Amino acid sequence: MIFRQAIEIFRKDLLIEWRGKARFVALAVFAATILLMMSFAIGPNNKELQAHASGYIWIAVLLTSTQLLAGSFQSETEGGALEGLRLLPVFPPSLFYGKAIANWLFLVLLVVLVLPLSFALFDLSIQGSYGLLALVILLGTAGVAAPGTLYAALTARAPAQQLMLPLLLFPLLVPTLLAAVKVTALVFVGDPMGQAGGWLGLLACFDVVFWMFGGVLFWKLVES
Amino acid sequence: MSRFAVETRDLSRRFGRRWALARINIQVEPGERFLIVGSNGSGKTTLLRILSTVLDATHGDLLLFGQPPGRDPSWTRAQLGLLSHLHNVYSDLSGPENIRVFLRLLGRGDEPVEPWFERVGLEVRPDPVRSYSAGMMKRLSFARLLSQKPQLALIDEPYGQLDPAGFGFVDELLTDLSESGTTVVVASHQVDRARMLCQRAILLDQGQLRWEGPAVDVARAWGALHG
Repeated sequence: MIFRQAIEIFRKDLLIEWRGKARFVALAVFAATILLMMSFAIGPNNKELQAHASGYIWIAVLLTSTQLLAGSFQSETEGGALEGLRLLPVFPPSLFYGKAIANWLFLVLLVVLVLPLSFALFDLSIQGSYGLLALVILLGTAGVAAPGTLYAALTARAPAQQLMLPLLLFPLLVPTLLAAVKVTALVFVGDPMGQAGGWLGLLACFDVVFWMFGGVLFWKLVES
Repeated sequence: MSRFAVETRDLSRRFGRRWALARINIQVEPGERFLIVGSNGSGKTTLLRILSTVLDATHGDLLLFGQPPGRDPSWTRAQLGLLSHLHNVYSDLSGPENIRVFLRLLGRGDEPVEPWFERVGLEVRPDPVRSYSAGMMKRLSFARLLSQKPQLALIDEPYGQLDPAGFGFVDELLTDLSESGTTVVVASHQVDRARMLCQRAILLDQGQLRWEGPAVDVARAWGALHG
């Protein structure tokens, strides 16, 4: 039942995002603009650009994610749609997992869209494996999507949501960001010491904690 | 166990220092049409929101179909339908898509949505509901409420935003709902119209229950209270 309802929420969010696809395109352009600004700020120094590229990519994802996450709850609060859901016998975790999985998918899409630009701007090449890159994208975005969905719900009715969401979310994401940046850098420069496994393990641990507690805490936040 | 569809005992709600509702005691029989009357800020909407379980009472007890809503929230909410000032729909989705989302979440995704639109006199259109007029939104809200097949329908200002032709539609709909066994609790400013449809009424004033009796007499009680 929980799984079926989560799928319905996920489908509904996909449909809403598809209807407002111009917003997602604007978000991708925003992320690309951040990367562009970073490359201009460093200048034509290939070594510097390559050394910090993974950090720039994840900062761009992080900054764009706050807009994406806040937007995912705008559709819920506008017109009291969330209250409509609360009036249905919907299992509390279903709403969280449906929305968090949808946000996860959008973040993965965002990274996939901005990666080719990053390769061009920062003169990157893959020294590690493509599988590792895919894994760090999946785990890193999952680590943003779950707590991001939780905090987007918390700040949905706050008068200054655009400010409150990053203020609350970013400190929580420090370990995720650190691990994601490190593994991504190892994909670009190679991993002769085999450090990626440890960082991926850390990333996976945080993901498990965020996704487990999100389902429990989410409804409490919505109800209050 | 209470035999009432709705029973409140000293139900009170405070917002900050202000008591929006104070010691409200009502009993609504299953299948009854029950009217809540009061001026703006009298506590009608707050009472309906507490009855719908989306808002908690500060003090007092609420029993729905003989049990506290918290005992089995999922079962309780399956019995309820609320039509509020908010339309409780997704603005970016079309009317049929909205109803389909709600039906799927209720586990009835294979049911067609068209009959609900026919029932409320609304055209099945593919455009997002943000382009709907206020009256169309009201009818869509009714379609959502009806599609839930509630045992207890809580309806806030059913005549609001509707044209005179819509008034007749609401009268017919409320009667049909009640005749099919649904308990209907209505809060309305349209006292003269709603009192003819309902069996019993209460009059709220500044969060307090000032009068309770047959709905046909509520206009007289209103007159006595407000001069």
